[in-house]
Amino acid sequence: MLRMILKRSLIAVPSLIGVIIVTFLLTRALPGDPAAYFAGPAATKEAIEQVRVKLGLDKPLIVQFGNYVADLARGDLGTSLTTGQPVATDIRNRLPASAELTLLGLIVSMLIAVPLGILAATKPGSLADHLCRVISTAGVSLPVFFTGLILVYVFYYLLGIAPAPLGRLDTFLSAPPRITGFYLIDSAIAGNGEVFVSSLKQLVLPAMTLAIFSLAPIARMTRASMLAVLASDFVRTARASGLSPATVIVTYAFRNAMIPVVTTLGMVFSFLLGANVLVEKVFAWPGIGSYAVEALVASDFAPLQGFVLTMAVMYVLLNLLIDILYGVIDPRVRIEA
Amino acid sequence: MTALPLLDVRDLTVEFTTRRGIVKAVQHVDVTVAKGETVAIVGESGSGKSVTSYAVMRILDRAGRIAEGSITFSGLDLRAADETEMRNLRGREMSMIFQNPRAALNPIRKVGRQIEDVLMQHAQAGSQDATAKAINLLEQVRIARPRERYHAYPFELSGGMCQRIVIALALACRPQLLIADEPTTGLDVTTQKTVMDLMVELTRQRGMSTILITHDLGLAATYCDRVTVMEKGHVVETATARAIFTAPEHAYTRRLMRATPRPGVSLRDLLPEDAARPTAQVLPISTDKTPLLAVEKLVKEYPRQGAAKSLKNLFRSGPSPEPETFRAVDGISFTVGRGESVGLVGESGCGKSTTSTIVMRLIDATDGLIQFDGEDIGAIPAKKFATLPIRKRIQMVFQDPTDSLNPRFTAARAIADPILRLGDVRGRDAVRTRCEELAQQVGLPVDLLDRFPHQLSGGQKARVGIARAIALRPELVILDEPTAALDVSVQAVVLNLLQELKESLGMSYLFVSHDLNVVRLLCDRVLVMRGGRIVEQGPTEKVLFAPEADYTRELLAAIPHPTFEQDKPLDHVRSA
Repeated sequence: MLRMILKRSLIAVPSLIGVIIVTFLLTRALPGDPAAYFAGPAATKEAIEQVRVKLGLDKPLIVQFGNYVADLARGDLGTSLTTGQPVATDIRNRLPASAELTLLGLIVSMLIAVPLGILAATKPGSLADHLCRVISTAGVSLPVFFTGLILVYVFYYLLGIAPAPLGRLDTFLSAPPRITGFYLIDSAIAGNGEVFVSSLKQLVLPAMTLAIFSLAPIARMTRASMLAVLASDFVRTARASGLSPATVIVTYAFRNAMIPVVTTLGMVFSFLLGANVLVEKVFAWPGIGSYAVEALVASDFAPLQGFVLTMAVMYVLLNLLIDILYGVIDPRVRIEA
Repeated sequence: MTALPLLDVRDLTVEFTTRRGIVKAVQHVDVTVAKGETVAIVGESGSGKSVTSYAVMRILDRAGRIAEGSITFSGLDLRAADETEMRNLRGREMSMIFQNPRAALNPIRKVGRQIEDVLMQHAQAGSQDATAKAINLLEQVRIARPRERYHAYPFELSGGMCQRIVIALALACRPQLLIADEPTTGLDVTTQKTVMDLMVELTRQRGMSTILITHDLGLAATYCDRVTVMEKGHVVETATARAIFTAPEHAYTRRLMRATPRPGVSLRDLLPEDAARPTAQVLPISTDKTPLLAVEKLVKEYPRQGAAKSLKNLFRSGPSPEPETFRAVDGISFTVGRGESVGLVGESGCGKSTTSTIVMRLIDATDGLIQFDGEDIGAIPAKKFATLPIRKRIQMVFQDPTDSLNPRFTAARAIADPILRLGDVRGRDAVRTRCEELAQQVGLPVDLLDRFPHQLSGGQKARVGIARAIALRPELVILDEPTAALDVSVQAVVLNLLQELKESLGMSYLFVSHDLNVVRLLCDRVLVMRGGRIVEQGPTEKVLFAPEADYTRELLAAIPHPTFEQDKPLDHVRSA
């Protein structure tokens, strides 16, 4: 098992190197001149040139790349021209916000979608099956900014039970001492109930928005994979030996059906993490998606590079985690590794 | 007869709701099993034998339902029993063994745990003693090192071992009735013998009743007291095994008996008596004495660990514990003469399929010489071979008639495939004419040519596969278990067809099979393979009747031969 993890980590190295090269080239290929942007609208040609030299943009690409890699090795992702902060700091502040939101959204989605998918598969053609189909189709066909706005309208404006969609915490509270960057966990560690409740309240609506959107792939994949497994020979054996329906469905069928579900979960998670810009915008969430979009609009390539790199690393790590999970679920994978 | 049978199925009719309406898979079937009795249900595919047993266990799938009749199990009306009652019966009072044992076990759960699941479900063990009891059961089914094997996953065990685990599962709670649905189909003949012997021994010890569902009359007669023969959802005959074997009453049973390859009969004897004799003229066998195919010191090695090996070695210090390559074929030599058919026999993993695939030039050999009609075809890379004209002269009939046909090609298109790729016939009409000619040659009705594989029966698909193989008038045809997936009556027809084609077209056959009885019927000479080597070769009659190698003898002994001693009283209990 340990060897498999080690081996998989080694395989991740070439993809990381590839990601670093592609990120670098991509951001250089973006339209717009960062030097001109940084120098400001009123700058003279000379001033822009000066900025260019200061930023090292006058050097050949290969030298720029060398500098970039050297900086990376020191953990320096450059400085954001818009926020004036080191990119590493910005990302460290914003990534947990996105991750907390996405994770919670995914957990909520899983809690609904997986049982729904199982139910739909055990009784095909039943009410639960149709419900599963309707909910997932509706969820995936409504754009997130729309569901987000609807939720805000209903729960904040009409019913008044949700807090104003303005960031991660009530404006009168201050963030808990930073340990993980997840407010829920940090406040729980600090024993600050008020902050915990407040951050949870803030999380509910955006997390629901994400959950509704990601219901479809998880529920559909669970259903399809459960249907296939339920028709297999070993489930028939389990039934013929009189095992209870719970044992048959959970221990025999579901564990076998989980591999495609885990794959889907991984894909949905990495997709949501970077792509939930719209949700972050609607709920004024200080996440990494909106950060990247702002940087993009401003031709601010350092944060963009940092963002793409972070996402790529997250993706590689996530795949590693999923592969390890495969090994935990399926003993056959362990042998192949 | 004893007062009350353990299982009494009366007038059972099972219906399936399909897209084309209701199909009655089983109609008015009566089966009784007395305490301690072993009953076989024999029939070809589609006879409803499995459906009957599923109905008894009440594990029919959603579309199926019991429409009529009654099932009484030790006084209990199973048709009226609710799901909870049935669940308590399943596994504890009656249990089932399935075909394809590896698929019948949960692939990601330790086999010991799977046995425990059944034990705990039926309160035969608590959490403290479950492991010990499971290990004890593994011991009873003669699994070596049961303590270790408790932790094994199905994919780590051989097919025979998996079937023993399934038997352990089925017998865990000491049920009264065991239903074995084709328990040894797909297993090697020697494995089949050990599994069947074990099953019979264990059920006898426990005084259990057994229903053996099989397509193999020989197996049924060897291991069972009574035999019920089913055809198309009906029971046609029920009698003692001895009576069925020595004096079958029903015409269908007689046909089935006749079609079963067995010692002392010829190929023609397999066909029904009234079948038309072929009128094909026999080509004079070529006088050319040089062999058509000569294989010398053929070796095929595979790397043991696949592509991941090099990376794995990075983490391992010291020499690797096992050799890096595995010899699937270990220096074998043989010849196939013109017009000759040679059988290649052996159990799974003996290298017979690898050998045939190399001769077919689909994969490359590691070492050795393959000469075809004097030409060194072994030297031509497999990738290149497909485009050469010589490809036409060696063709193949594959094992699974369904899987070897493109599901989106009609029969005509499938037969035309080699003609379009390599043949000299050009033009739509000419190709069609040739396809029809071939269809006639293999006895496929011409109006079936436009059907897709799923619209054809197993035998018809086999004919399409054969027509495709002979479309280019090859000189050597490699037959890889061409009848293994077919019912015996269809097998009889296909084997006869192959024989006629060989005679009329003057082809040579390399016939790969695990079934010695089939090989005996079709082949002039036979090669027996084991562990990549040829352990014995010679004329078929000599090898099969006076085998020299111990392994050949072992193989022959494992074929189920029903033996009916004269002193055993002939039981005249019959019901039609």
